[in-house]
Amino acid sequence: MSKQLYHQTGNFIRFLLRRDKIRLPIWLFSLIGFTILLTLAMDNLYPTQADRNQLAETMINPAVTAMIGPGYGLDSYTLGAMIAHQMLGITALVVGIMSILLVVRHTRADEEEGRLELFRSLPSGRLTSLAAVLIVMVSIQLLLALTTGFGLYALGFDSLNLEGSLLYGAALGAVGIFFTAITALFAQLSETSRGSIGLSFTVLGLAYLFRAIGDVSNETLSWFSPFGWALGTEVYVNNYWWPLLLTVGVSLVLIILTLYLNAIRDMESGFLPSRPGRKHAAALLQSPTGLVLRLQRTSLVAWSIAMLIFGATYGSVLGDTEAFFEDIEMMEQMLPPIEGVSLTEQFLTMLMTIMALISTVPALMVLFKLKSEENAGRIGHLLSRTISRKQLLASYFLVSVLGGFVMLSCSALGIGLVGISVLDGGISLGTFYQAAIVYLPAIWLMIGFAVLLLGVIPKIAGLAWLYLGYSFVVVYMGGMLQLPNWLEKLTPFGYIPQFPVEEIGFANLSLLSLTAAILMAAGFAGFSKRDIQG
Amino acid sequence: MTILQTGNLTKKFGKFTALDGVDIEVNKGEVYGFIGPNGAGKSTTIRILLGMLKATAGNATIFGLDAWKDAVDIHKRVAYVPGDVNLWPNLTGGEVIDLFLKFRGAKGKGRREELISRFALDPSKKCGTYSKGNRQKIALIAAFSSEADLYILDEPTSGLDPLMERVFQECVMEAKNQGKSVLLSSHILSEVERLCDRVGIIREGKMIETGTLSELRHLTRTNLQVETKEAMTDLSGVKGVHAIKQKGQTLSFQVDTEEMDAVMKHISRYGIVRLESAPPTLEDLFMRHYEGTGKPNRGAGGEA
Ligand SMILES: Nc1ncnc2c1ncn2[C@@H]1O[C@H](COP(=O)(O)OP(=O)(O)O)[C@@H](O)[C@H]1O
Ligand SMILES: [Mg+2]
Repeated sequence: MSKQLYHQTGNFIRFLLRRDKIRLPIWLFSLIGFTILLTLAMDNLYPTQADRNQLAETMINPAVTAMIGPGYGLDSYTLGAMIAHQMLGITALVVGIMSILLVVRHTRADEEEGRLELFRSLPSGRLTSLAAVLIVMVSIQLLLALTTGFGLYALGFDSLNLEGSLLYGAALGAVGIFFTAITALFAQLSETSRGSIGLSFTVLGLAYLFRAIGDVSNETLSWFSPFGWALGTEVYVNNYWWPLLLTVGVSLVLIILTLYLNAIRDMESGFLPSRPGRKHAAALLQSPTGLVLRLQRTSLVAWSIAMLIFGATYGSVLGDTEAFFEDIEMMEQMLPPIEGVSLTEQFLTMLMTIMALISTVPALMVLFKLKSEENAGRIGHLLSRTISRKQLLASYFLVSVLGGFVMLSCSALGIGLVGISVLDGGISLGTFYQAAIVYLPAIWLMIGFAVLLLGVIPKIAGLAWLYLGYSFVVVYMGGMLQLPNWLEKLTPFGYIPQFPVEEIGFANLSLLSLTAAILMAAGFAGFSKRDIQG
Repeated sequence: MTILQTGNLTKKFGKFTALDGVDIEVNKGEVYGFIGPNGAGKSTTIRILLGMLKATAGNATIFGLDAWKDAVDIHKRVAYVPGDVNLWPNLTGGEVIDLFLKFRGAKGKGRREELISRFALDPSKKCGTYSKGNRQKIALIAAFSSEADLYILDEPTSGLDPLMERVFQECVMEAKNQGKSVLLSSHILSEVERLCDRVGIIREGKMIETGTLSELRHLTRTNLQVETKEAMTDLSGVKGVHAIKQKGQTLSFQVDTEEMDAVMKHISRYGIVRLESAPPTLEDLFMRHYEGTGKPNRGAGGEA
């Protein structure tokens, strides 16, 4: 092994911080702001113990447990117990996503793009850049843990005591450290940043699924998930610290392995085999749409599988729902049964909205590939040949629309096939599929919005993601936060009929489709007029 | 004094052998030209020398230190310019140059300003907006404004215009005159001919020729164009004569350097009217080595 593996790590840390002087504070502020503001909102909405206990009753069911995790202290649902139940899991998920994106950006992405090469020719150690990234990321998680912890405590609510608040922050930080470690490891194994991101998100998805299935049916399974560990702290109720020690301990082992692998490997190489490519382009590749499909193939296939599994997970929960409610008479009053509609069906609509929102992610990713290709100066290769701008955008657009459809179908199949087998009758596969597919116009509208931005003002195209994020928050938490109804009407997902509970009304659907078409047309017009990079 | 040395350097990528026993030696104050077709193994050799890749077998030392183990100490005295310079799109050229100088531990800014103006670079632009040539200038400025003892340059001019290439050549000569050493891998043979004291040719991972330019010229042929009073009919039978072409009265052909004397004696008998000779170029040398192999490169996926 060589000497001076960490030479000038301090300088590199300063460099990283300067590179991310905007990005890091944005992540931190949004995460902490989200936690603080939401806590205040919850207190506002459920001021008395009676209010909260009532909410708790509606929360005890398998579908909700799968979605957000098991609640603790449900019989005396304090504000602390409530935010630990409602917010910790989802915030931890976002912290995981943040860690994955930031770590890949500073490890494999830099290396793959050849930016590490010049740096490595300077007097810097072989592990300098990796060590710097790990130190920065772990510090960010610590900062997040402490500010969230003290921030919650500083709100001054009785149930948000110091220990619980610090544990709440620490749970988020520990999950962040775990995903920092796992992503850094994959950045050594895979030769590409796409590969590292893909593998890391697979682990994130599996961690969520293990926890979801585990919490509903088999507790042991949850203990294989870092999310299970974070929720297992039973923050504000029992305040167990040891699950976090477990999280950090595992992360430490992963980090040591990562450093070792980085120290012995060649720059720009990995440990996973990369297959040799074809010598000639397949017929499909030779059209622009084919090229887009080919470039996105792995990602689309992976997403389809993920959506199938995701749907299946929710499907497996449905069986427990009805049985569960039979025992609780009170629930009958809370959610008065609608004529001819089972409770399962009511939950189905909620799950469908979420799956439709997630299905939009890969569809938008396809479109945004156009932007990254443009930034990398690669679309000039196509435009300078016989492909027009309209054709080029149309190719991405087609694959995007197709992607949205396939994702939605996969999730519908997943939830439907598993749902039918656990429900033994009641809801047909057709109903499942219809319930999902009615969301297509909402996805189209999101795609249309993205096309508009990419075509007219590509600089701020990221707004499309923000809009999707907004839709997610409003739809996911709207009910719980008792948000005013009009907020939901600002997202296309708020206009979709909640089949099978509601009838499918075609007025809304056609209106959405029409709006989507107008946005797309404007985007196409803009794209054929604006400057192209590269 | 030997500054840089590789002995029997071998590198395998999986089953594929990229380097197969490469020996290079660069002495103090010497400019060493490292030439070979695409995919021959130039960049691989250089990356091993820089401690970025680990050799499968053989040894690579710079300043007597091990290229892999002592990379940090070596890099304190080495400046490197790759053929494909990739930088952080959101930083300006000036920021990147300063960053590199800082990591090098340079006191003051050295020749930064002078070089920026010589290379006509606008250091206030973001790297994302620079062309390939401009990004290369940044690496060149950072390299030449540092006080290195060895410059490792891997096709450093592939994106530069002729004017800038001249500035680059001046910089190399200045470094050489200060007693510094240079390892220059290049495709541009005229550049190598002008700058290099010694040349090594690599093909398919093997060194096939090393020596000074004049030593290597012995291995090649001189181009001659001759017009004689009497028609020369028996030239094709003469030893050491190749590739005869007739254009009107003029014959043009190539002569092996070691047979030059005999050939001149032969043709002088026919009464020389006009004689032109062109010295063998590195290009000829290069081409001769690649002719006959039937394939210009290994087709193993091009450059990395
Ligand atoms: N990481 C790698 N994995 C597999 N093959 C490689 C790798 N890097 C380089 N090669 C192969 O090694 C050979 C030498 O490449 P390189 O040193 O870049 O050539 P040059 O710089 O002379 O053009 C090429 O055939 C190239 O495809
Ligand atoms: Mg090369």
